[in-house]
Amino acid sequence: MALVYAGVCSHAPGITGRADRADPDVRDRFYAAFDDMRAAIQDAGAEAIVVIAAEHFANFFMDNMPSFAIGMADFYDGPIEDPGWLAIDEFRAPGNRDLSRRLITEIMETVDVAYAEEWRFDHGIAVPLHFLTPAFDLPVIPANINCQGPPLAPLHRAWAFGEALRRAADSVPERIAVIGTGGISHWPATPDSGKINEPWDRDFLDRWCRNDRDALLDYDDTTVYAEAGQGGFEIRTFLAVAAAAAGAPGTVHFYAPIPIFAVGCTVASYEIDPVGPSTH
Amino acid sequence: MSLYYVQKFLYELNRDPALKDAYGADRFAVLEPYELTDEEVTALTEPDIGLLYHLGVNGQILMHFAALHHIEWTDYLQRMRDGITAYGPVREGVYAVTGYEGVDEHAAKLGHRGPAAPEEGD
Ligand SMILES: [Fe+2]
Repeated sequence: MALVYAGVCSHAPGITGRADRADPDVRDRFYAAFDDMRAAIQDAGAEAIVVIAAEHFANFFMDNMPSFAIGMADFYDGPIEDPGWLAIDEFRAPGNRDLSRRLITEIMETVDVAYAEEWRFDHGIAVPLHFLTPAFDLPVIPANINCQGPPLAPLHRAWAFGEALRRAADSVPERIAVIGTGGISHWPATPDSGKINEPWDRDFLDRWCRNDRDALLDYDDTTVYAEAGQGGFEIRTFLAVAAAAAGAPGTVHFYAPIPIFAVGCTVASYEIDPVGPSTH
Repeated sequence: MSLYYVQKFLYELNRDPALKDAYGADRFAVLEPYELTDEEVTALTEPDIGLLYHLGVNGQILMHFAALHHIEWTDYLQRMRDGITAYGPVREGVYAVTGYEGVDEHAAKLGHRGPAAPEEGD
C-alpha cells in the first residue's frame, strides 16, 4: 500500500549486552522510547519492517563489498555474535522473499542494489528488533549500507537509495515500516569507545528533523571522521530514512549520551501522512 | 603487512563455529591458508589484542575475537590502549587516537548514577 512508518534508532551492542552497567534511570527512559516506537509501528498497521542498518562485517567483507544490499529470504537467523555477549538469544526472524523481490526490482530502476538470499543478523539489526518486534512476528526486510569499509558510497547516493526505497514501498500493496539504525557520533569498539559528541549529534538531529536535504548532505567523511568518529559514517542510514520520508517533519523522542552503550542513544521518527503514526 | 588477510581471518573466525573449533585445537594450523607476516601470526595466536589494534584491525571485528577469548569489555578497551602505548599509533586502516577521558569519568560528568549495586551477600 505505502510507507506507513519511518524512524531511526541506535543499535549499539552495549544497549543490550552491557545493559546492567548503565544508569538505570536513563537506560529505562531509553527503553521506554523503544516501546513507544514499537507501539507506533503497530498502530501504523505495518505488515513488514525494512531495517536499514550498517552492519559490521557479519555478512559483507572487503572481498566483495556492496555499497547497498537488501535481503531476499523467507527467514534470517541471528545474532551472529555470541548470544551471551549481546544478551540476545538466538532467533529466527521471518522474512518475505516475494516482497523483497518486488522492492528490490523497483529500487533497481534507479539504484544498483545487491541482493542476498542469506543474511545473518548482527547487532545492527538484532538490537532494534529485540525492542521493536520482540516476538519476531513481523516480516523483516534487511537492508545494508556499507558504513564500515571505505571507500563508502557518497552521502547523496545514500539519499538516492532512500528515495528509491520510498518509491518501492509505495508501489507494493503491503504497509511498510522503515527503520534506519546506527550511531550518530561515536567511536565504537576502539579505545575511545564511549566518546560522544553531543553538540554534533544535536545539530545533526536538528537537520534530520527539518528533513533538510542540503543540510544533511553538507557533510564529508573527513570532517565526520574528525568530529564524529568512524561510527559517524553510519549517518548514511539516517539519511536514507530522511530521503524515504520525502520532506516529512521529524521528532526526536529520545536522545541521551550513555557512555557505556558507546553512543548517543536515539529514537526519532517522521510524520508520514496520511497513514503514518500520530504523536508517539 | 597484510592487514587485509588478518581481518579476513578474523571475519571468517567470527562467522564460523567450525573454524573456531579448529582455531582452538591448533592456532597455527588454521592460519596457514592466509598470507600473514610472522608478527601477524604472533598477534593472532598469543593473542595480542593491543598489537592487532596497532596493526589496524577494525574494532568491529576485533571485539568479537576478544570476546572469544573471554576478555571482558573494559579489559578489551584497556588492551587496545596498552597496544598503542607499547607499539605506537595505529599503523594502517581507519583509526586515529582522539583522546577520551573514559566511560566512567564521562558518565559522572553527565550526572549519571552507576548501575544498581549488587545486593549485600551476593
Ligand atoms: Fe554500528
